[in-house]
Amino acid sequence: MKMKFTALVAAGMVAAAPAMADLVIPNLSYRTGPYAAGGTPYADGFNDYFTLLNERDGGIGGEKVQVPECETAYNTEKGVECYEATKGNGALVYNPLSTGITYQLIPKVSADHISLYTPGYGRTSAANGKVFEWVFNYPANYWDGASVAITYLLEQNGGSLEGKKIALVYHNSAYGKEPIRTLTDLAKKHGFELTEIPVDHPGQEQKSQWLQIRREKPDYVLMWGWGVMNQVAVQEAANIKFPMENFIGIWWSGSENDVVPAGDGANGYKSLAMHGTGMDYPVYTDMKKYVLDAGKASGAGDQVGSVLYSRGMYAAMVIAEAARKAQEIAGTPAINATQMRDGFENLEITEARMVELGLPNFGQPFAATCADHGGPGAAMVQQWDATTKKWTLVTGFIAPDMEVLDPLVAEDSAAYAKEAGITERCN
Amino acid sequence: MFYREAGDFKTSYREDSQTFPIKFDRWRFWAVLALAYGVVPIFINDYWANAVFVPFLIYSIAAIGLNILVGYAGQVSLGTGGFMAVGAYACYKLMTAFPEVSIFVHVLLAGGVTAAVGVLFGLPSLRIKGFYLAVATLAAQFFLVWLFNKVPWFYNYSASGQITAPSRQVIGFFVTGAQTTAVSKYLFCLVMLTIVAVLARNLTRGTVGRKWMAIRDMDIAAEIIGVNPLTTKMTAFMVSSFFIGIAGALFFAVYLGAAEVGEAFGIQKSFLILFMVIIGGLGSIFGSFAGAAFLVLLPVLLKNVLVGSLGWPTDLAAHIELMIVGGLIVVFLIAEPHGLAQLWRLTKEKLRLWPFPH
Repeated sequence: MKMKFTALVAAGMVAAAPAMADLVIPNLSYRTGPYAAGGTPYADGFNDYFTLLNERDGGIGGEKVQVPECETAYNTEKGVECYEATKGNGALVYNPLSTGITYQLIPKVSADHISLYTPGYGRTSAANGKVFEWVFNYPANYWDGASVAITYLLEQNGGSLEGKKIALVYHNSAYGKEPIRTLTDLAKKHGFELTEIPVDHPGQEQKSQWLQIRREKPDYVLMWGWGVMNQVAVQEAANIKFPMENFIGIWWSGSENDVVPAGDGANGYKSLAMHGTGMDYPVYTDMKKYVLDAGKASGAGDQVGSVLYSRGMYAAMVIAEAARKAQEIAGTPAINATQMRDGFENLEITEARMVELGLPNFGQPFAATCADHGGPGAAMVQQWDATTKKWTLVTGFIAPDMEVLDPLVAEDSAAYAKEAGITERCN
Repeated sequence: MFYREAGDFKTSYREDSQTFPIKFDRWRFWAVLALAYGVVPIFINDYWANAVFVPFLIYSIAAIGLNILVGYAGQVSLGTGGFMAVGAYACYKLMTAFPEVSIFVHVLLAGGVTAAVGVLFGLPSLRIKGFYLAVATLAAQFFLVWLFNKVPWFYNYSASGQITAPSRQVIGFFVTGAQTTAVSKYLFCLVMLTIVAVLARNLTRGTVGRKWMAIRDMDIAAEIIGVNPLTTKMTAFMVSSFFIGIAGALFFAVYLGAAEVGEAFGIQKSFLILFMVIIGGLGSIFGSFAGAAFLVLLPVLLKNVLVGSLGWPTDLAAHIELMIVGGLIVVFLIAEPHGLAQLWRLTKEKLRLWPFPH
């Protein structure tokens, strides 16, 4: 039995290996399982941007971009398989859109010398480039998000959260647990009381959590949710008549898919946003012409312009810019993974460049350095309007409290460096 | 013709009671070992190791462990994922607390810790059986996952609750951590599997195994003929958990390198391994291998064929893959309710008569 399967797997493998050429940027996506609602638009945005570059500009610096897709179902075992299956084809960078898979890949990419780009997710302390040579998570990370949310609440309350009660509803995984350390420190600094309420994977059942919220009556609820958990939480919050304007999600809990199912009940729900949303950007003129109308859109093509589509596109845009930078440094368009890393480390995205790319006022400008792989970390707050079915930005970019975050990042990355036996770079 | 007892004379009791009484089987056994130890390591690369061989070897260990409990001793368990988590976390704590001790020892010790926990959760089996026991072990599954999520000591107070395996060596070769080569990973798991499989095969052939099977077939009758249900059931839980603990430790330390208890060792894992045992064949060591191969290799194969060769969209392929695997499970169980191992047994019967079936 075993032999026969092995032979068949071998046959499949031989046929599966794509041609070696071009710039290979694998897309470890998930379009199935309880997290597909988030994974699908992101993967579409990611693919479509590279299709646009290929169709309009003939790739990056004249090199076509290949984006082989691999389904992970947000599952770490499949993530590992996808990584191993794609890395042999000259992969330049990975963007797995899963904190769990990111943790798994950090040691692997460091040994294989391939970059890992995790915008807005992954291991927060990877912002410290002195320890994490191959990992980049600009422009913002979870701890930035936690701090931005608290800063926003401080502004709302005239600068003081003394005696307030804030509950954190989180996905009981590495992803959801990430902000706890920051929030605990911020609670100490600002004198609010933090209640941690875990929700287990996949999060379809949250009655007891929201019963607890109804009983304890926190002033604010923060949420670190993903996939089906978001929709359920928003619905449950509406059911217990929790004031929605006091319910703030991280940027992964702020897409259309999360609020539409709750209908009018979701009106007023807020979430963080690390970039703009919608089709009002000039880039969509070209996107329509070269990709959508040409029938080359990824997936069903029905997610264009949504929050997570925009984020996938944003990630693709940053990777493309890093590749451009890498080509510039290396002096050749056919870059390898090591040169790609140099591109990431020397990347600078200015507002002027964003305008050139057709994305004015879309994201924050940032510049990476050898030590700083984390970017400025600012984020905006957006609010859902259930009647027009639109997210509206209610603030500009809010900067996180680096005074609290810097020591935390230093501490956590130092712990990793010690465990993994890494000596600091950039000195 | 060549597969037969006739002409293979045994002149001692020792020879008469050996594992493979037929010469052809013995040759086959050594051929498989030679292939696994001699040929595969030459050709293995990262993809083959991480996507095919290492998960297959580790799941085989877990399936053998569960097969001892469910197939040989007749005690249904849904706590496999939880016990694997015990193995993984025990291994992690040992690796970080005693970095100078060999990982080989740590994996065995992790198995030992799991054996102790398994016995503890096996105690209800003295009072309850069948579905009720399944529910009691299900409680173990949920309790253990909750425990490893709740108590920060188990994950060394890391910010995310993830455990990450530090780099460790066996006789100078890395077997955990990022520098590990495909060959050392594969060989380490293979050695463990060989030890486990030989041990399991011989345990089930001896007194211990016969007692397990007596309890499985009819516990009251077994008790009357002098089989002690307490020690028998407890040894079954102990040996089974020991193997599952080893599988959990390898799964975390060698295969994944980092793990999160709810995701890696959730209830799905318990079911997956139970399915391996059922599809492979209850009460058969070969069945454990066959079941593990079926459920680990088939999805990888289908994915490569559908996405790689046929170029289907990944989401469609993922859904079709679930349907094909599910459909095949149903077909196999209808065609052969005793699992893949029974197919092998039938093949052997036919081989004995071949080429003159009448």
